[in-house]
Amino acid sequence: MKKQARIQQTQINPFDFLSEEIVFAILDYLNTNPFDRKSFSLVSKSFYAIESRHRRTLKPFPRTTNDHHHHYQLKKVLNRYPFVTHLDLTLCPRITDSSLSYMSNSCGKDLKKIDLSRSRFFTHLGLSNLVSNCGNLVEIDLSNAVHLNDTAAAAVASCRSLERLSLSRCKSVTDIGIGCIAVGCLKLRVLNLKWCLGIGDLGVALIGVKCKEIRSLDLSHLLITRKCLPSLLKLQYLEDLVLEGCCGINDESLVSLKQGWTSLKTLNMSYCEDVTHVGVSSLTSSTGCLQNLNLAYGPLVTLALSESIQKLSKLQSIRLDGCHVTCSGLKGIGNWCVSLKELSLSKCTGVTDDGLSSIVTKHTNLKMLDITCCRKITHSSISNIAKSCGSLVSLKMESCALVPSEAFVLIGQYCHFLQELDLTDNDVDDEGLKSVSRCSELSVLKLGICLNITDDGLIYIGNRCQKLIELDLYRSIGITDKGISAVASGCAALEMINISYCENVTDSSLTSLSNCCKLNTLESRGCPLITSSGLKSIAIRCRQLTKLDIKKCVNVNDSGMIPLARFSHNLRQINLSYSSVTDVGLLYLASLGCLQSLTVLHLEGLTPSGLAAALLGCGGLTKVKLQSSFRTLLQRSVLENLEARGCVIQWRDKVFQAELDPKCWKLQAEDIEEG
Amino acid sequence: MDGGNRHAPWAKGTSSSSNQLVNEISQQLYDSLQQQTRNSSVLDYDMMIRKQLESIPSSLTQTNFSSEDNNGQRRSQLWDPKTMLSNLSIMEEKIHQLQELVRLIVGTTAKSPLDQPNQLVIQQQQLVTADLTSIIIQLISTAGSLLPLVNHPHFPAAPNEISPIEIAPNEIDHVDNNNNNNNNNSNSNSNNKYVSDSNTTLSNMVSKVEDHSNETDHMDIHEEHDEDVDEGENLPPGSYEILQLEKEEILAPHTHFCVICGKGFKRDANLRMHMRGHGDEYKTPAALAKPHKEMGSEAKLIKRYSCPYVGCKRNKDHKKFQPLKTILCVKNHYKRSHCDKSYTCSRCNTKKFSVIADLKTHEKHCGRDRWLCSCGTTFSRKDKLFGHISLFQGHTPAIPLDESKPGLLQDANNTNIQGSKEVGFFDFHLNSNGSSGSGVGEPSACFSPFQEFPRSLFEESDSLSFLLSGSCNYMWKNGEESSSKDL
Repeated sequence: MKKQARIQQTQINPFDFLSEEIVFAILDYLNTNPFDRKSFSLVSKSFYAIESRHRRTLKPFPRTTNDHHHHYQLKKVLNRYPFVTHLDLTLCPRITDSSLSYMSNSCGKDLKKIDLSRSRFFTHLGLSNLVSNCGNLVEIDLSNAVHLNDTAAAAVASCRSLERLSLSRCKSVTDIGIGCIAVGCLKLRVLNLKWCLGIGDLGVALIGVKCKEIRSLDLSHLLITRKCLPSLLKLQYLEDLVLEGCCGINDESLVSLKQGWTSLKTLNMSYCEDVTHVGVSSLTSSTGCLQNLNLAYGPLVTLALSESIQKLSKLQSIRLDGCHVTCSGLKGIGNWCVSLKELSLSKCTGVTDDGLSSIVTKHTNLKMLDITCCRKITHSSISNIAKSCGSLVSLKMESCALVPSEAFVLIGQYCHFLQELDLTDNDVDDEGLKSVSRCSELSVLKLGICLNITDDGLIYIGNRCQKLIELDLYRSIGITDKGISAVASGCAALEMINISYCENVTDSSLTSLSNCCKLNTLESRGCPLITSSGLKSIAIRCRQLTKLDIKKCVNVNDSGMIPLARFSHNLRQINLSYSSVTDVGLLYLASLGCLQSLTVLHLEGLTPSGLAAALLGCGGLTKVKLQSSFRTLLQRSVLENLEARGCVIQWRDKVFQAELDPKCWKLQAEDIEEG
Repeated sequence: MDGGNRHAPWAKGTSSSSNQLVNEISQQLYDSLQQQTRNSSVLDYDMMIRKQLESIPSSLTQTNFSSEDNNGQRRSQLWDPKTMLSNLSIMEEKIHQLQELVRLIVGTTAKSPLDQPNQLVIQQQQLVTADLTSIIIQLISTAGSLLPLVNHPHFPAAPNEISPIEIAPNEIDHVDNNNNNNNNNSNSNSNNKYVSDSNTTLSNMVSKVEDHSNETDHMDIHEEHDEDVDEGENLPPGSYEILQLEKEEILAPHTHFCVICGKGFKRDANLRMHMRGHGDEYKTPAALAKPHKEMGSEAKLIKRYSCPYVGCKRNKDHKKFQPLKTILCVKNHYKRSHCDKSYTCSRCNTKKFSVIADLKTHEKHCGRDRWLCSCGTTFSRKDKLFGHISLFQGHTPAIPLDESKPGLLQDANNTNIQGSKEVGFFDFHLNSNGSSGSGVGEPSACFSPFQEFPRSLFEESDSLSFLLSGSCNYMWKNGEESSSKDL
């Protein structure tokens, strides 16, 4: 024994011969699975040290409710990784000024990016500390910081090196604050001001005057008018502009853009309801380089509109979601000289076979087509699409109710490059699936509410579509364990699956699904045959599981929670409503520090004290949905504690709903549509 | 011997309530009067009373002014029923005393034979007149406190405030008649003249008070840009007559001069009132009425003005000459562009103005709604600030102090959170403050919901008491001065 040990000691570790550069190069490839890096660093002390030096991105996850501990954890983790340049704090709901100061002190000039979009409780003091200590900051994400005001904006403004800044939903920042930023951060390239309702024309105009480097600007939902547009014209590098929901922009304001805006490549003017073809016409005459145009929920698509868009010689993508289209308008689009790569007519009213066919027969290079809810189209459209657009990569055609099952065969026959196919709520049958399974590149397949498909069809998919990542079988009631096991064995790359309300699915499906070790999302609502043992196999083998929905799985009880608590260390979101889980199960779950979102409605075995204990124990919670009856039953101090941690409690007062017959459900849905 | 001295005992008498004392004093005064008037002439008295009349209103208006200056934004609160009541009761007392005096005079004239010199009677009358005047002034000053309220259309008492002013001259006539009746005197003519004279001065003063209210109106309207009004007007050269006033004329405080005595007035209305004193021909309604604009403009060329400053765009020799529309424009332009800015804002001590009206306009919103640049320049409007910032490199909008306070509050809250974990509550407090808006600059008000009044209310009550003491001050001051001299 002693001898053996001595030999082991004298043995040279072969890894020691690898130079740090080589190990770094290896580490560069270990990006897909966070566990890979962890196991890598556990190989040896030197690997541990190298990994620590290699790490650039840090996404700390506090598993404690105590500020002091949290601080200590941060300290430890920042000591371990000295060369971190990117701090992602989206998992830390509570970042105080002191922790922000500590981080900025320890990262210093190395820090380039910081994401505070999910954090609260810091103020302008913490920000000014951050900015003064980390002089090389390039990117700051302050989205959702509704509590920040102009003083905080002024603190950010002193960051001269800043290139990317997101202030979306910073509703308290006004023109003064954005004025400070416009003057201070002259290198800004990307700026997001979505929902900053305090910012008006003056602030936006000042950005146009001062921040010459801006490439991308998001002004969604701002109350801006024509007054700021001339200044925006001065941004000579602006490529991407989002004016979504700017209701102050109308035809008249777009006239002022006639001088030309040659740099612009992407323009989003969706939800600008006052813009008609007149405005679009003046827009298109000035923006010659436009490649992507989004006019969703905007103008009436007529011949005049399509003719005015025709001027855009470089157009590749156009979105007309939710617009009312006329046949002549669609034919006009068909007559364009350019060849579109992307077209979205999702939820457009007035899309007919005639119009759509004239488009797809001309724009044969279409890669992405969205005809969701175009309820008037029939077989002829689909056959035209399939025959002329052979290079389609993405086809979304949810709820095209008049398309017969034969049409789906054509899709499989002609569109071999499809990666994404949405057939939700269609009449596709097993023959169709058999044909679709020829699309070997398919990664996203949505077959929700396809009542005509059975295991036979799904087996084809499982056998041939090996690259499948996402599969949606919501309410496809013909599916049983046989089909699912075929998918589970054939599609090892599967990450997301939805088998909600597939009532015949049992534990054996879950057992077979546990083969897909990349599975991160499992939605199995309303599967009464699923029990805790099925869940156990998922928990043990699918370690990357982050989202689990077992609502209305009445046979899942506390024993299912034990393996989850033990193995699913990535679980972020869980829905346990209507299941048989009680206090005990919830307390087990509470030991998962990573859990962020918890929904527990109509749990019969849940008591206020048990719930309180679970909620207090679950340190990472940011969102909890509770029955509103608990509002009075839970102690006030518990709720206060949760709120102080940054956890939002949503009270629900839904009455208990008995499950409907699936076919009856579809009929009911149709009734509603007709009504 | 001056007016104040003579006036004094009566003013002093207002403080003592006993009639006996009043009688004693009036007796003393009467005696001393008798002695003194033997050496002096009627003319002296005339002059004296005039002086008195002129000095008193000015001091009165000054006190009024100073209170206005200090509490510009609270002008609407000036009218205080309590002050009014106390003023009225003081006046009542004065009238009673005057009654006593007149009774005394009646008594003495009855005792003394007719061979007494007329002069004494005249002096007595003048004394009564002087006192009456002082009462009238008091009345007007009381009514004057109502005047600024003319601007408030919703103020129900608005029509009332005119009546006291109209009453004032009538009252004088009435007293005048009384006097005539009391003293069946051959000198009634001259007496009449004096009264009418004092009447004129009074009316002058009334119009002055009225003018103050007008002035505030006026300042509101013309702001700082009245000279730009004619910016857009493109009269062809030669279609108008160019007048150029000299620098001295522009800067002279008065623009309306009496052709007879040369006295200067700021306003034509005042001059017209003054002219009444020069003879009956100026008293006709036609002479007193506002000169009609139409009469002039029909015949004459349109008048435009040139700035005397050579090289100025408003100077007629400038290539791109832009004439000024009115004399007021000329005055304001000249002062703003070519004179020192001698009026400094007492609040911020930085902004300077050459036109006092500009200062007043500024003072109205000095301290609030101010848009600040990092260079220290302040702007009344946000777009002006942003225009300035976009024009200059490196200038940043500065965050006003009261806005950074809520931030500090938040900090305080956050430290609290760490201790007590009461985020929800503190958030709630913050929100409620934000919505009410009044407590933003007032940390104390933010935190104590039990504090009933925001601070501004207290300031207002301060100002009221100040006003009260100010108005009383006028009365007591004279009293004290004279009493000290008497003693």
